Amino acid sequence: MEMNPARRTVLRGAGSLGALSALVLAGVLKPTAVYAADWNKAAFEAKDTPAALKGLGAGSPADSKDLVLKVPDIAENGAVVPVDVVSNIPNTTSIAILVDKNPTALTCLYAFTNGALPEVSARIKMGQTSLVRAVAKAGDKYFVAQKECKVTVGGCGG
Amino acid sequence: MSSMNRREFLQILAAASAAGFALDSRLAWAGGKGDAFYDLPRFGNVHLMHFTDCHAQLLPLYFREPSVNLGIGGAAGRAPHLVGEHLLKAFGIKPGGIEAHAFTYLNFEKAAKTYGKVGGFAHLATLVKRLRAGRPNALLLDGGDTWQGSATALWSKGQDMVDACKLLGVDMMSAHWEFTLGDKRVLEIVEKDLKGRTEFLAQNVKTADFGDKVFEPYAMREMNGVKVAVVGQAFPYTPIANPRWMIPEWTFGIQDDNMQKTVDEARAKGAQVVVLLSHNGMDVDLKMASRVTGIDAILGGHTHDGVPRPVVVSNARGKTLVTNAGSNGKFLGVLDFDVKGGRISDFRYKLLPIFSGLLPADAEMNALIDKVRAPHKAKLEEKLAVSEGLLYRRGNFNGSWDQLILDAIMEVQGADIGFSPGFRWGTTILPGQAITFEHLMDQTAISYPQATLTEMKGEQIKTILEDVGDNLFNPDPYYQQGGDMVRVGGLEYTCDPNEKIGKRIQDMRLGGKPLDADKTYKVAGWAPVAEGARGEPVWDVVARYLRDKKTIAPRKLNQPKLVAMKGNAGIG
Repeated sequence: MEMNPARRTVLRGAGSLGALSALVLAGVLKPTAVYAADWNKAAFEAKDTPAALKGLGAGSPADSKDLVLKVPDIAENGAVVPVDVVSNIPNTTSIAILVDKNPTALTCLYAFTNGALPEVSARIKMGQTSLVRAVAKAGDKYFVAQKECKVTVGGCGG
Repeated sequence: MSSMNRREFLQILAAASAAGFALDSRLAWAGGKGDAFYDLPRFGNVHLMHFTDCHAQLLPLYFREPSVNLGIGGAAGRAPHLVGEHLLKAFGIKPGGIEAHAFTYLNFEKAAKTYGKVGGFAHLATLVKRLRAGRPNALLLDGGDTWQGSATALWSKGQDMVDACKLLGVDMMSAHWEFTLGDKRVLEIVEKDLKGRTEFLAQNVKTADFGDKVFEPYAMREMNGVKVAVVGQAFPYTPIANPRWMIPEWTFGIQDDNMQKTVDEARAKGAQVVVLLSHNGMDVDLKMASRVTGIDAILGGHTHDGVPRPVVVSNARGKTLVTNAGSNGKFLGVLDFDVKGGRISDFRYKLLPIFSGLLPADAEMNALIDKVRAPHKAKLEEKLAVSEGLLYRRGNFNGSWDQLILDAIMEVQGADIGFSPGFRWGTTILPGQAITFEHLMDQTAISYPQATLTEMKGEQIKTILEDVGDNLFNPDPYYQQGGDMVRVGGLEYTCDPNEKIGKRIQDMRLGGKPLDADKTYKVAGWAPVAEGARGEPVWDVVARYLRDKKTIAPRKLNQPKLVAMKGNAGIG
């Protein structure tokens, strides 16, 4: 059993909120910088994926193998579905995660400046089985990777 | 029926032979050399013995293989979706003999009386010892679903099985139902009982917060001069198919990428043979073998498929053997590799059925089993009723045991409709046999046994049936969960397995009338996965029903009408 006890104890002691505040205080995350990236109302309030893509200015993004999306085949818990996105596309400046069947499709939008590595790990909420998409912006072009994630009733197995 | 001794067994065989039964001459049964069945000459220098999904069955039992195990899409007409004569034909097994009985449901009642009970840890122990004597340094691997499935396993929180497996000499294991004992209990066993004796392996179990490993992903052993790595894969959908609240801090999943990394790491550290001890289920294993490279063999379980020979799967860098070793302690798989100059040159595989009448009970194991049962003997042996018909569970849609449970929970709770989970474990009872409390526990012994009565709208009922149907019939194995369809009492329906979710379940009728999407129905069920569910344990509900009825007439199975499944090799 190796569970990195130190890391876990630190975070538990601080409480996750506390730990995040610490990061903010240390200047790792700047709230102003986060919000400064313009709240894209049109994209975030769009009811479906085409409208959200339009709001992002992404139109019809091209499929890319250099955009790696990791989503479970079946969600263990629809309330917190782990999604990882890594963009190997040069000059990636933003990554968005969309869930087609959610009431509002766009779940999050990350901006990368000053050569920050375009890697994100998020927990998203899903009400039902849906296609999950990652959309990356590089230069003035948009790229997409997608995968279905099943949300089931559960039970009755094996 | 008590387990007969070898002499009685051979006398019956001789009588059967005289009566013109077709016996398997290759195995020289009729010649009185029953033991020859188990004389498996040593081959090569790497030896792996594998059992899986024994579901805590310490005693010999009857187990009927399924007559319905449909393959959909690419899985149609291929192992493991072959039943009855289709299976015999595909594997070249002679009809009517002991092997045909071991691998199929054909002529089950008669053959079960002829060949007797199967499995039993004392008999398995004898076979393991015998094979070990001829195969130095052989490893014994347990695919999991070992600490659950019987009354004594439930009451001892898995301890009886842990002790039996230690005595048997299990070297490595993976898991699924073990997790329904809860995370703390699993860790307690791993840290206290298994430490230094049995490796508990699971590359796909991580902490939900940081993704740290919880168990060792693989273990290495040097065997007769060859470095062998065994990787473990726990059932990927444990937190979905079983209560997530029992293991709240762990996350599972299939995790091909991490599997590839693990295999590559083992190879980099010098492994000349890499084997995956898997609880994926055979369809998932077949897909994984085509995607992950560097695995020589997958010793699989979960789907309870007794597959006589490995399926050879090609991938980008080579070939992988995929096996599945049945359930309920009925089989022991033996895989031998011949490794020359660091490379596998050839292999042999045999899935040996354990016929209790042919393998004397190991005295030490017998003593342990007696000790485990002694405090509960009277309760276990209580005769609840006599069954006039055959009671079995396996099959995609229903089994007579499940029908009996449905009939009981519906009648006792006054429900319109009954749901019983599509579990694949559970022993078989022959016509005329008494149903003991222990037999009932063989079907129901789980750590979330509440019987429930829920009001559901017709629409909700359809959603559940569609959801479970997709777990079984989604053409992509990575979306399957490896159980059977939820058993349904009262409600008649049509199923088109080739359809997509939302369209498979059709023409639902209750008492001849179409189910109303907006109407509320009373639905009896058991095994709720949600935390805090209340209800009497289902075994108490069913026991009351059985004691009351005394005699159980053969069940009338409620099964869906199937669309477009004619000619499927998964129907007997």
